[in-house]
Amino acid sequence: MGQHHYRALLSLVTLPFLLLVCFFPAVAAQTATQESFEQGIHLLKSRKFQEKNRAVELITDSGDPRSMDVLQDLLAGKLFLLRTDQTVVQVKSAKGGYAVTGVLQQQDLGTLQTRQLKKITINNALRGALKSGIAKINLQHPDPGVRANAVESMLEEITADSVQMLEELKTKEQNKAVRRELETAIAISWLKGNDEAQKLKALDTLSGSLTPVVRNELKKITTQENSEAVQKKALQALHTIEAKVKWYAKLETLFFGLSLGSVLVLAAIGLAITFGVIGVINMAHGELIMIGAYTTYVLQQCMPDHIGLSLALAIPAAFCVSGLVGVIIERSVIRFLYGRPLETLLATFGISLILQQTVRSIFSPLNRSVITPEWMTGSLAINPVLSLTTNRVTVFIFAMLVFTTLYILLKKSSLGLQVRAVSQNRAMARSMGIHAAKVDALTFGLGSGIAGIAGVALSQLTNVGPNLGQSYIIDSFMVVVFGGVGNLWGTMLGGLSLGIANKVLEPWSGAVLAKILILVLIILFIQKRPQGLFPQKGRAAE
Amino acid sequence: MISLFASLRGDRAGIILLILLLLATVAVPVCNLVVPENSPVHISTFTMALLGKYLCYALLAISVDLVWGYLGILSLGHGAFFALGGYAMGMYLMRQIGDRGVYGNPLLPDFMVFLNWKDLPWFWHGFDMFWFTLLMVLIVPALLAIVVGWFAFRSRVTGVYLSIITQAMTYALMLAFFRNEMGFGGNNGLTDFKDLLGFSLQSDSTRAGLFIASALALAFGYISCRYITRSRLGQAALAIRDQEARLRFIGYRVENIKLWIFTFSAMLAGLAGALYVPQVGIINPTEFSPLNSIEMVVWVAVGGRATLYGAAVGALLVNYAKSFLTVTFPDAWLFGLGAIFVLVTLFLPKGVAGLFKKQEAHR
Repeated sequence: MGQHHYRALLSLVTLPFLLLVCFFPAVAAQTATQESFEQGIHLLKSRKFQEKNRAVELITDSGDPRSMDVLQDLLAGKLFLLRTDQTVVQVKSAKGGYAVTGVLQQQDLGTLQTRQLKKITINNALRGALKSGIAKINLQHPDPGVRANAVESMLEEITADSVQMLEELKTKEQNKAVRRELETAIAISWLKGNDEAQKLKALDTLSGSLTPVVRNELKKITTQENSEAVQKKALQALHTIEAKVKWYAKLETLFFGLSLGSVLVLAAIGLAITFGVIGVINMAHGELIMIGAYTTYVLQQCMPDHIGLSLALAIPAAFCVSGLVGVIIERSVIRFLYGRPLETLLATFGISLILQQTVRSIFSPLNRSVITPEWMTGSLAINPVLSLTTNRVTVFIFAMLVFTTLYILLKKSSLGLQVRAVSQNRAMARSMGIHAAKVDALTFGLGSGIAGIAGVALSQLTNVGPNLGQSYIIDSFMVVVFGGVGNLWGTMLGGLSLGIANKVLEPWSGAVLAKILILVLIILFIQKRPQGLFPQKGRAAE
Repeated sequence: MISLFASLRGDRAGIILLILLLLATVAVPVCNLVVPENSPVHISTFTMALLGKYLCYALLAISVDLVWGYLGILSLGHGAFFALGGYAMGMYLMRQIGDRGVYGNPLLPDFMVFLNWKDLPWFWHGFDMFWFTLLMVLIVPALLAIVVGWFAFRSRVTGVYLSIITQAMTYALMLAFFRNEMGFGGNNGLTDFKDLLGFSLQSDSTRAGLFIASALALAFGYISCRYITRSRLGQAALAIRDQEARLRFIGYRVENIKLWIFTFSAMLAGLAGALYVPQVGIINPTEFSPLNSIEMVVWVAVGGRATLYGAAVGALLVNYAKSFLTVTFPDAWLFGLGAIFVLVTLFLPKGVAGLFKKQEAHR
């Protein structure tokens, strides 16, 4: 069917409706909506950008529910013309070509090849018009979040003439956040005007705003403005903003530090338990972390369609696998070496080599990547200059949860009581009827299991490979020694402060040097306080 | 000098070791240089270089045994002293290349030209002189040992803590030497050496000379360690190993005794590193890796702690096994090494030397 026939038919159909206009304004409005939408779509076929621009305006103002979709597709280059009859179509890439849908009647036109289609081109001016068109439509959106974003994306296009429209929007607007955005927009348009009083007022509003557009505008003002008062004030506002940005940058560093710290705490806390009770450093601890990470990987391979579920299952699974390996190590090697800490250190190091090579033989020496579930990707944007990556926030919260659970377990449960008793005075605990050997094995299993859980968390941050554990083992030692042996709080504080210190030093000295400096600082610290931040008191302290 | 050799009295195993060493010093170069190539007793240059490398490791093992066996300090950072000695020698060999490098710069080594450096860094000066280099081979590791030891021993850091500190030390140094800005060739380290004291490193006779030097250094290391352990200082060291607190209460300056022996051991390790580098032809930051340092400890454990000769035997045995296994079963080596760690600590707490002693006792 040719386009002209269609149009004739359409006008025939709309005629009776036009007659109804006086009686049913609502219907009339809808018809007008459709009319201008269709007109806009037809104008899009033109080769002239001027006409396309007009088309965008028409579509934007039409209020048709389809207009948002069309504008977005046009911006993304997904709007095409059929070479045969110039129908405007929306296109999605599909198997063996493109799945094509007509815009006006939403009819499915099947799969077509590239040569049957002609892209509707846009230029920069049109792109700007499209963006503000989309924003304009979004300003009517029922969701205040969408409205706020729409205002924000409009900021760049604002001129001195936009004030009126913005004021109108502001009086209608109920939501506080959107109103604030609108105020910023109004202030910017004032800045672009000529009234000095308004400009000064605008600067009052804008001072402290973190939006990048505002900062750019202020910078322009400081160099181009004639009035001295305005210039001075703009400079002040800029300083306030920069101070704020700096402060948020510090917050960001703190966040990165806490994130690194939480990883260190997770990695070290199992070590702290085994060291605290048995008094030996388990060199295979890093490999127990690695086993936890590989458990996550294997579970994910078993159920590739349920990434989130596999991750949730990986936590208990990794605890069990690593814990079991830990108990086996304790029963088969470590228990024969009690009282000889240096020999135990060597034997567990041998075990770590064997575990590494085993994993290398089974899974290949290459790194494996574990998929992060969707809800953990992306980031939490606090404001335009500060956003926190979701996986790091999750790992931080997870670390705190693990810590709390462990703390409660050690303080409140009967196993915890026995563990503390054995770690404080082995002989006395045994004479009180505690089965020390069993407690040793359980504690070692517990510490190893926690290492496995740490591995689950690490698999969400880095690649999983046979050397995963090795890269954390020295750091974990440092945390335990720094925090003080046999003290969970020490491990926690030690880990977090080392993480923060590392990230604070990093921009100043570079990543590698920061790590070296931290190591040197810890070595010096141990000289000063050999028992760590929180030394054990009383007889346990030798 | 007389008392030095007198310390060998009654040390049967040590004397056997020294005699074997003396025989090797003569026989190996002769078999390499004089015996014709088709003869069954001919030793190839490759084998001689390998043996020379083992001798360096043996010297290193003795230095580890001196502090672990006789002082009770489990150092997991002796690789750092070894590597520092090696780097000092490497710097000399780099300077010896002169304008024969790829870029033909008479003063700057290739990697510095590559990094667009204009001047020789201050710490590279003097390494064109052999005597200065020899001095540095001993002084640099000693300085590190003095600094670390002074801090650690004074604040009474012992046991596992000390092990971890030494491990962190070598780890930090490894990270540092990996950086290009440090001026030691970064990742690639120092290599492409040409000659030593004017003798080409490629020639068989230089190789033989290096082998003899390594054997003599090992002999010197053994005798001097034996002398130290027999002396009053060594007796005090043994006492520290067994009852540190008691010795301190009696009035000995425990930290000074520890510092002296630790520093001497570091110098021996540096010497071993300096002899090692021209024989393998490269020194890079992986020599600092904690794994290397801990392997050294295992040599001593295998051979037998606190025997000195056991350490040397352990180094030879383990490294021979390593060379053999990494060629025939590349994947099995880490299994093997891991098993050695576990089995020796569980079943052979006195190492191979302990086996022989037991037999003697039965007789």
